[in-house]
Order: sequence, then C-alpha cells, then structure tokens
Amino acid sequence: MIRSPMRSLHRMLAPAAIAAVLAGGAVPAAAPALAAGDAVAPKAVAWTFNGVFGRYDYPQLRRGLQVYNEVCAACHGLRLVAYRDLAAIGLSEAQIRAIAGDKEVDGEPDEEGEPTTRPAEPKDRFVDPFPNVQAAIASNNGAAPPDLSLMVKARGGAADYVYSLLTGYVSEAACKKQFKDSQGNPLAPGEGQYCNTYMPGHIVAMAPPLTEDGQVEYEEAGAPPASVDQMSKDVTAFLAWAAEPYMVERKRMGIKVMLFLLLFTGFMYAIYRQVKKDVKGHA
Amino acid sequence: MSTEAHGARRNRTLKWIDDRMPIVSMTEHALYYPVPRNLNYMWNFGSLAGLALIIMIVTGIVLSMHYTPHTDYAFDSVERIMRDVNYGWLIRYVHMNGGSMFFIVVYLHIFRGLYYGSFKAPRELLWWLGVIILFLMMATAFMGYVLPWGQMSFWAAKVITSMVGAVPLIGESLTELLWGGFTVDNPTLNRFYSLHYLLPFVILGVVVLHIWALHTVKANNPLGIDMKGPQDSIDFHPYYTTKDLFGTGVFLLVFAAFVFYAPNYLGHPDNYIQADPLKTPPHIVPEWYFLPFYTILRSFTDDWWLFQVLLGWWGMEAKLAGVLAMGGAVAVLFVLPWLDTSRVRSAKFRPVYRAFFWLFVIDCLVLGWIGAQPAEQPWTAIGQWATIWYFAHFLVILPLVSRIERPRPLPHSISQPVLGGGAAAAAAPMEASR
Repeated sequence: MIRSPMRSLHRMLAPAAIAAVLAGGAVPAAAPALAAGDAVAPKAVAWTFNGVFGRYDYPQLRRGLQVYNEVCAACHGLRLVAYRDLAAIGLSEAQIRAIAGDKEVDGEPDEEGEPTTRPAEPKDRFVDPFPNVQAAIASNNGAAPPDLSLMVKARGGAADYVYSLLTGYVSEAACKKQFKDSQGNPLAPGEGQYCNTYMPGHIVAMAPPLTEDGQVEYEEAGAPPASVDQMSKDVTAFLAWAAEPYMVERKRMGIKVMLFLLLFTGFMYAIYRQVKKDVKGHA
Repeated sequence: MSTEAHGARRNRTLKWIDDRMPIVSMTEHALYYPVPRNLNYMWNFGSLAGLALIIMIVTGIVLSMHYTPHTDYAFDSVERIMRDVNYGWLIRYVHMNGGSMFFIVVYLHIFRGLYYGSFKAPRELLWWLGVIILFLMMATAFMGYVLPWGQMSFWAAKVITSMVGAVPLIGESLTELLWGGFTVDNPTLNRFYSLHYLLPFVILGVVVLHIWALHTVKANNPLGIDMKGPQDSIDFHPYYTTKDLFGTGVFLLVFAAFVFYAPNYLGHPDNYIQADPLKTPPHIVPEWYFLPFYTILRSFTDDWWLFQVLLGWWGMEAKLAGVLAMGGAVAVLFVLPWLDTSRVRSAKFRPVYRAFFWLFVIDCLVLGWIGAQPAEQPWTAIGQWATIWYFAHFLVILPLVSRIERPRPLPHSISQPVLGGGAAAAAAPMEASR
C-alpha cells in the first residue's frame, strides 16, 4: 500500500485553530500541543494485506476477532460490521449465530404493544457495548471510546498506527523522561490517563488493553502463541478487515483492470501510430 | 476535407433526416472539423476533462440512488454503499478519486492555455466559458466533499461557509441563508446535496457552449499562429480521435491505479470519522486542489503589511480581503486577455514570458504546499510572498512583459516547417483576428 506522506504530515502538524482561520488567518497564537512532543512515526509492519497483491490472512482475522470480542468489545463498538459479514473470514453459520446470540437487541413490540428484546441474529450489526453515548461517557472517565469499524482508515498511518498504539504504552517514569508538554515540562499522565509513544500528544485515556501474554486463549488449532505483540497484530489485522472488507476484491479486480487498460492503451497507441503515418507533422 | 467530401447526405434516408434536423451534418462537422496538424499531447486534456465529467455524472447518479442526505444517516449510508451495495466501493472510490482526476486534467488544460496563449483573440469567449466551468467545478467539488458528513466534510463546510459572513452589512443574513439555520446542519446538507446534483448539469451545459465556441474559432496550436488553409489542418477523425483514445488509456491507467491501489491517498483520514460539531479537528485542510486558494485566503491577516498598506487603513477587515483575494485569484483569469497584450500567442516565441510562466507554475505549487501547513511562521510569510507573486504575475508582470518583450520571429505557417516551401508570407501575429 502506498503510504501518504501528507497524512503523516497532517498528524504531525500543530493545530491551526478554526478561530484563526475565521479571523482571517495566520495568528500564531494557537498553542502547538503536539509540537512539544512530536508525533512518532508508527512502526512499519509487513502486513499480509500490504501491497498490490495483498491478501487478508483469514486465520489471523479470526484470532483478531477473538481478541476484539474478549478484550476490545468491553468498551468499543463495531457498529458498521454485521455478524453475517464474519462468514467472509471463514466463520460457519453456527459460529456466527453463537457470537450474535450472546447479545440482545430491540425486537418488535409484542401483542400488547410492549417493547421487547431478542437475541441478535446474523443480519444485525455488532451490538454496541453501551446502550447510548451518555452511558459510554459515564463509564469511561468522560470520553466515549470510539467505534472501531473504521479506525484503521480514520488514522494516518492506518494499521501500522493502530498496532503501534496498542504496543506503544510506556511507564510514567519513561514518559517524563521522553516527552515534554506544551510548556516544555516533562510530560506526566494525569488521573486515569496513560502515556503512549504513538498517540499524538502522548497522553491517552485508554488503559493498556493487552498487557500479558496468553491474555486471550486462541481457540484455533495451529494458532501461534498469544504474545502481546501477536494479539496486537491479530486484532489490528481484524480491524483492517473490518474497515475495508472489500479490499481483497478491490486489489484483485485492480490487476484485471490494469492489465486490460494496458492492453487497450497499447492498441490505441498502435492505431494512432498507424493513422499518423499518413500525415507529416502530426505530433 | 470538407463535410461534402464524406457525403453522408448522399444517402436518401440520412438526407431526409438532415433536411428536417441537421443532426447528420452536425455529426460530420464534429468528426471532420479541421484541427491544426501540429497539436502536441498537451491538447489531450480537454477531451479528458469531458470524460472525467461524464464519469462523475454517471457514478454520481448511481451513488445518489443509495445515499441519504440527512445528518443522522449520511455517514452510515456512505458506509452502506461501501459495504453492502454491489460494487458500491468501486463506484464510490471512482467518484471520490474522480474529483481529483477531474481537477488534475483541468488544471493541466488551463496551464496549457496559459503557455500557448489560448486565451487571446479570437478565443476570449472560449476562455471565459472555461473560467466559468472552473468556478462551477469548485462549487460542485466543495459541496460534494460535505456529503459524506465526515469530520473534514463538516469542518471544511463550516470554515468555507463562514467566509460569507465577511460580506459587509448583509454577511450574517447571507450566511444563515446559506446554512438554512444558525450553523452547518441538516438543512445545509440537504441544500448542498440538491445543488451538488444540479451543478454538474450546469457544467455540462457550459461545456457544450465551450465546445461550440471552440468549433467556431478552432483550436489553438503550439505555434500559436492561425491555420491558413487545408495544408495546415487535418480532420479531427481519425487523427485526433485515435490520439485522444490513446490519451484516454493513459489517463484511465493513472485513475485506476488510485482507485484500486491508493483510493484514500488523496483524501484525509479524518473524513472516516463521523462529523462531530463539538470536536474541532486539530488541523482543518481542504482537498489538495483547493490548497493554493486556501493559502491566498489565509495570507490576509490583520498584521500583514501589504494588507495594512492597501486595505486595512480604511477599515476593511482582513477576513473580507482574504475572501475577495481568493475569488479574485480565479476571477483575474477573466481579464487575462487584456492583461497579456502581446500579439504573439505561444510562449515558444516569447522567451521572457516563458521564464515568467514557469515561475508562475512554481508559485502555484508553493501556494499549494503552504496550504497544507499550519497557519504559523515561517509558512505564513512564504504564503504571503507567494500570494503577492500570484497577483503580480497577472497584474504587473504580464502587462509589462507583453510591452517590453521582443518575440522571436514566427514561422510562415503551421505546415511550412514540416512540408517545406516558403511561398506563404510570414505569419503576422494573430492576423485573422485583427
């Protein structure tokens, strides 16, 4: 995959406050929050889905699904993905029904008109961990955990960034040593905050989600040991799929389209050369 | 070759139709209309722009069948297109990248016109129609970018629509009229959607006028001298149809490379976050094709010496000056035929103009680069000097250069260098038009 230098640029740039823009521009007053602790370029991972021929590693996606379900899903939704979509990464209908059936969704009103609930079905989208945003905010120190459906596409650095964030937590002592706040003082996470090398500004409200090897027991035969690094990679790969489930189809079709266009362009060039022979000076 | 030589009218049925509605002769005119024989590849971009417009309209119409213009559903409906509509991801990525492709070919088309003097008599109306198309494209692209209702959609809409508030006296009412409320909200999204559907067809109409004017005055060419007779021209078909099809192939290869292998390269990751009116993104940037104009807008600050010298002292607001300058950066193209008064069209014979042309290209690239930077020093200062150069190029340099410069001698005719023979008198610059 081609990495955008612009994207990482955007991430690194200090905030241009909208107020400054509205006021007619370049008031250099906006505090450069990141400038003091510059964003660090994410670790480059050799994902199976990188490159023109990139493919998802389906066993890896299934492991990642397990990590999401057992760890991330406690706080983060995946509201754009339907349970039925999991068939694409190799889950059987029974497995999909089992995962969906654990969750309750609103059902049709009953005969008396009373609201009901029913177990989720394959057709439903992933059920959010919190009934509403207010509940999510209340349970999470004042900020709702973001939905993960598009997380990989919504961050500069994409999958590399998500993986780096998951594995980029540092201790408070290391934090003070490595990073500075906007005033140039050593950076210290406050109450309910954590320090992360790759988070812009280095302060994040999410506790380190994957902390010990074997935290998730991989069910599938032949799964690699569930080290923190492996779990982080697996769940990131799963989220990359969740953000762009049609990527394999896209790249596969791209090869056919490019080959066709190359042929078409070659033919057209030959025809043009042939036609142009008649005319002197036809550039 | 003339229309008669092809003689479709000899067919009785075709003649019957043609006598009642001259659609056959019109088609023949389009196919066999005389084009200078020496056009280079820079003349491919007009037809490519037309193709890009058609691609945008076709994909846009399909997208509109699945899109929901409501602040609560717009973002999700786009994702539904990506995930659940058959080949929705393809249609949406083509449309999304198609905007950038459209601007690339149109910008190259415009710079070609600047280099070869295609705006000069007798092509002023043709040029004006082109500038109108550019304005319409910018409006359409801006409103289209708002529709997915991502963070950048929302905040770009907020920043750009707030500019209207700079208009003296009626600014506030005008902004509320534009918004359909007191901020960018559902009514804004609705009207942007409606206009985003309408404007491409207006563009199509102006494109028809643009081509009409072109067929009246005929194409300019790299030498910038007029066609003098049949020896200078060749038929559009097959000579330029095949060349345009080859160019189309190259264009589609580039287009497809983006769509299939870097569909989000030209976009901003923030637009995959749903719009949140309460959370300002740290860095609001427009799409790449607006960056030069964004720099011009932001260059006008209250403390900029040029602004104070020119406008600030009589009480004009910097914000208003920036908005006017941004509009003026495109509008100045309207008067270009009267700023560059040199009677020689092509930069090929204008060494001084040619040097300033390339400086202008560099200046536009600098403006674009600064547009992606935060509003801080030293970028602001660089942007301000680049803004000065942009306007100085049109308002000072071009009038002076066209007066002072001694152009190199023009060839006798388009065909003379290739066919030999110097019977024809030396071409007088822009002779047919004066």
